Amino acid sequence: MKRKFLAFVALAGVLQLSGCASLGVQPWERDLLAKDEMALGAEGVDLGLDDHIYFSKEATSGGRSFAGGGCGCN
Amino acid sequence: MQLNNKATVASALAGAACALLGTPAAQAEEGMLKDWQFDTAILYYGETDRVSLAEGVINATKTNDDDSIFNVKLVLDTLTGASANGAVAQPYAQTFSRPSGKDGYVVNAGETPLDDTFRDTRVQVSGSWMQPFADTWRATGAVNVSTEYDYLSLGLSGLLEKDLFMRNTTLSAGLSFQFDSIDPVGGTPDALTSMLVPTYLGDDNDEGEDEFEWDDDYEEGENKTGSESKTTTDLILGVTQVINRRMLMQFNYGLSVVDGYMTDPYKLLSVVDNAGMTQDIIYEGRPDSRTKHSFFWQTKYALDNAVVDVSYRFATDDWDIDSHTIDSRFRFNLGDNDYIQPHLRYYQQSAAEFYRPFLNQADPLPMYASADYRVGEMTAYTLGLKYGHKMENGHEWAVRAEYYQQDPKNAGFDEPGVLADLDLYPSVKAVILQFNYHF
Repeated sequence: MKRKFLAFVALAGVLQLSGCASLGVQPWERDLLAKDEMALGAEGVDLGLDDHIYFSKEATSGGRSFAGGGCGCN
Repeated sequence: MQLNNKATVASALAGAACALLGTPAAQAEEGMLKDWQFDTAILYYGETDRVSLAEGVINATKTNDDDSIFNVKLVLDTLTGASANGAVAQPYAQTFSRPSGKDGYVVNAGETPLDDTFRDTRVQVSGSWMQPFADTWRATGAVNVSTEYDYLSLGLSGLLEKDLFMRNTTLSAGLSFQFDSIDPVGGTPDALTSMLVPTYLGDDNDEGEDEFEWDDDYEEGENKTGSESKTTTDLILGVTQVINRRMLMQFNYGLSVVDGYMTDPYKLLSVVDNAGMTQDIIYEGRPDSRTKHSFFWQTKYALDNAVVDVSYRFATDDWDIDSHTIDSRFRFNLGDNDYIQPHLRYYQQSAAEFYRPFLNQADPLPMYASADYRVGEMTAYTLGLKYGHKMENGHEWAVRAEYYQQDPKNAGFDEPGVLADLDLYPSVKAVILQFNYHF
């Protein structure tokens, strides 16, 4: 049973890796990805303001970028 | 490129000369500013009966001919209003001293004690430079200074990024160091020592102001010391992967090590007897080290006329605070120049191991304790809507309105006597309004 499970995991791993090879796009396929709103940090000012609010009101910060310190907010 | 730089310098000098001579400099200014992008915003954040905040941001970015990017950001905010002081409500009115130790305030029976002294202005300036090199590498250096009446924060950070596989994969590694110093109003109270409370005399004087009387042997600044500091070191490792023509994914691991003073010097704890009646009010105290791990995953998906942005963050630390955050934005383009964007965020955290809504007089005093609901168990959600419009001249404006609610929870503490009939975990409700302008 255990051997079967290991074989399954190995097969799944190989399939995953071969899947990775087909990830990504050619340079001429970047029409949608190149849009401003598709940037990961689009609306950077909004994200910064949100970080300040949630940093002040909740016990966790960071993740997207540095957790930092920065204010003695109440 | 050299020529271009010289041209920029020349136009700058020409602009300066024009300004000095009082001749129209519009042409020179246009030349200087055309490579700059400005993002500005004003934000209002207001809680029902509690804190309100007004914040302004100016973010300027210049992309140079070699694709390096210079960014400078100025943030100004001003905060007023009341904040929960950490003590529990009681069936009678309670008196507290203000952080300055010079005055007092009274909280009505059955109400969550709020200290309405908070009034602060913060100025933050940050700058960064991103330099591409060797075709597929980018290095970014950043500095950050933030100052307010009782707080100063200085930070330095660096980020290195490497593109792989026809820029479909990006690896990143960043390091940040932050130094914060706090000089609390009235001094830093010794952790878990009693707050000295004045006697309330009433408001019978001519101005109708509350009057308080201190014990004869009271000395201002008793049980209090000077300023404190802490350092924060952050490490971030990330992978960004283009999945296909429509989808992009990012995964970050973050490690944050904080050393130093993390107590909130303005927060208190009630010490109650078996009947739930307050016998003493003490200052809170938190551990002076904290190690946090965060795992952040974000996906963006482009539809023909929309963008879906979903992120999830799991964070855990040695204070026993685990949190889950789901943040999602759905942008729908309404034609070429307008969009509407709903925002949904859900947050959940467990309580710190030293979180106590109050202390029981019969129990031995713990080493650390805080009744600050922000380190207690809670859930929170945000619902928002943003509308944006691009004008004919290429400038863009947007408005955003959001509702944020925090629901603190009882993390399994018994509520003796009168406390059972009082609301110890009131919800906090806030409204966020924002206006953006991009040019």
